[in-house]
Amino acid sequence: MKLFKNTRAFFKDVTALIKEKDYKQVGVRVKRIFVGMKFTDGLLYKILIYSLLISLGYIYLYPVLYMITNSLMTVEDIISPTVNWIPTKFNWQNYAIVWKNLETTIIDGQPFIVTYPRALLDAMYLSIVPALSATVSSAIIGYGFARFNFPLKKLLFVLMIMTFIIPPQVTMLPTFRMYSQYNLLGSLRAFVYPAILGQGLNGAIFILIFYQFFRMIPKSLEESAQLDGASNLQIFFRIALPLAIPSIIIVFLFSMVWYYNETYVSGLFLTSQDPFPVTLPLKTLPIRINAFINDYVSVYPEGSFERQLMQAVKLAGNVLTLLPLLIIYFIFQRHFVESIDRTGITGE
Amino acid sequence: MKKVFASIGGFFSKNVKSPLKKAFVKIGEFYIEKIDPILSKIWHALTHNFMIRFTHSHLILFSFIKIKITNKRREATLGYMFILIWIIGYLVFSLYPVFYSLYLSFFKVNLDGSDIVLQWQAFNNFKAAFISDPYFVEILIDYVMNTLFNVPVVIVFALIIAMLINQDIRGKGFWRTVFFLPVIISSGPIIGELINQGATTLPSIANYDIINLILENVGEFISDPIQNLLETILLVLWFSGIQILILLAGLQKIDKAIYEASMIDGASPWESFWKITLPSILPLISVSIVYTVVSMSVFSLNPVIIYIKDIMTGRSTVGTLTTGFGYSSALAWIYFLVMVVIILVFVGVINIRKGSRR
Repeated sequence: MKLFKNTRAFFKDVTALIKEKDYKQVGVRVKRIFVGMKFTDGLLYKILIYSLLISLGYIYLYPVLYMITNSLMTVEDIISPTVNWIPTKFNWQNYAIVWKNLETTIIDGQPFIVTYPRALLDAMYLSIVPALSATVSSAIIGYGFARFNFPLKKLLFVLMIMTFIIPPQVTMLPTFRMYSQYNLLGSLRAFVYPAILGQGLNGAIFILIFYQFFRMIPKSLEESAQLDGASNLQIFFRIALPLAIPSIIIVFLFSMVWYYNETYVSGLFLTSQDPFPVTLPLKTLPIRINAFINDYVSVYPEGSFERQLMQAVKLAGNVLTLLPLLIIYFIFQRHFVESIDRTGITGE
Repeated sequence: MKKVFASIGGFFSKNVKSPLKKAFVKIGEFYIEKIDPILSKIWHALTHNFMIRFTHSHLILFSFIKIKITNKRREATLGYMFILIWIIGYLVFSLYPVFYSLYLSFFKVNLDGSDIVLQWQAFNNFKAAFISDPYFVEILIDYVMNTLFNVPVVIVFALIIAMLINQDIRGKGFWRTVFFLPVIISSGPIIGELINQGATTLPSIANYDIINLILENVGEFISDPIQNLLETILLVLWFSGIQILILLAGLQKIDKAIYEASMIDGASPWESFWKITLPSILPLISVSIVYTVVSMSVFSLNPVIIYIKDIMTGRSTVGTLTTGFGYSSALAWIYFLVMVVIILVFVGVINIRKGSRR
């Protein structure tokens, strides 16, 4: 509305100036609109910004849109060169195939069909519990590093960052052996125990986030609490933690997303040794859907025409993998984005 | 200890409104009246016995070791108490695998059922990686070149996007949502599927004649990474999720008044970018460089990682020595060292520029 008013005022001015044959002033006005003055942005600048935003945004949106539209296509649509983005009719069949039967296993002597909701339940369990424990532990550890001085602090800090830089492949075999000695394989414990001891997936980043955040809280706040007779634990629980809620949300969400998407650790540690399981073995959703896609597609030989046609089902599986995350993301988007400004993610 | 419980009890007894909270208050009051006195007696017994005794300024162990409680010592103890869980976790979960894999890299490892048979090789594994392995050095050089080209691209794009979002634009929420999509997607296996589907390449770029002209007229050493970059540009951009977050947070910390002051003094936006924005987010740029290098290097579709994994699982066999876990952990350690060198080079370059400006 403001823009409209401005434009109208601009044209009024310019036509008046043209009538007076003051062309120099017209030039100044036009330049002002396009290039802008100090403290205001010109039209050209705005066009530039929005075109950059749209083109860069397109790069990120393109694969997602591609996945969603192609997963809804029928076989005819995929072959047809005239159908590019919008399918001629929405074909929910692809989703139904994935939804109804992800995996058929034998449990306790009975055949058992794993549906998508069941698999999702497992996946949520596998990501939320470790994420919660990682959040709790990294808050405590981050507070310890940020607030207290103790001997060897720098060394411990460097060691902590080292755990992040070393690629997990370096330590794959010994870790696997160690976990089997601790008897952690094939259960949720393989995720939760390391997470609760601050060694979970990307644990160092979360500790760093809390470290940065707790360092930002003015020390005088805690000193005044101390003068009022609060113990250190009281300060932590009643002053530091309530202030750190944005960090807590960020860490929890990041951790959950990473655990949910995790295929490396879970592929290694969740493989159950028991050939005749009594309960359904835990698996993350990406692994399960990948296995499903491989089974489903491998019916047809490599490079065959039929295999190409399976693309839609494949993409439907991928969309279903991504969907829960996207939903959570859209719900928490506001927290996710706004709290970034207030968390110490910056790591200066 | 007593104070912890008291604080939890007190926490519930504040701001009463809903019935749930009332119930909690009941619990809190019950705790304070009934349980707390018992606990405090137990605590007193624990801290005033012949083994441990607290006086006003001393901690007395076994009645004859006297330790003076200074503020510094108290702080150190508290600090260690907070990070104790990390220390335990590090000792239990992280320390052993790192050193064991280093140890394994000096051996030839044979898996005999579940037993591991070790054969001392001294530095042969490391030598073999550079001398007799026909692929590893080549893959590693490719990786180094690609990383050196891709990391600045990721950082520059992340900076551009962060600055765009930081502008006064319409629909900020929408744009932010779009630009943070990579955080969700690129950490999962979906990205691999997208690569297979060809959704991460720009097919039209290679068709522009001018780019081919440039590629033909520079040496192969430079043109290969550039071509690679053009082919995978979308994929590279997908790595910039967290970096956007980091840089955005940094940009928002810069005081707006500095820009206004410089504008009044006649600085153009271009100048104020180089003189104000860039210097103040330099530390964040090095943080995001570290993050970029690490995340690109441990990405599961990285050719080096795939090669190491193949050797580990015995899918690719090169000679007799070069199979198995010993050799693959040697490769992984070489890879790790290369990674550290790359990080140091980048951070060094950033810091040299910073030093010369001052």
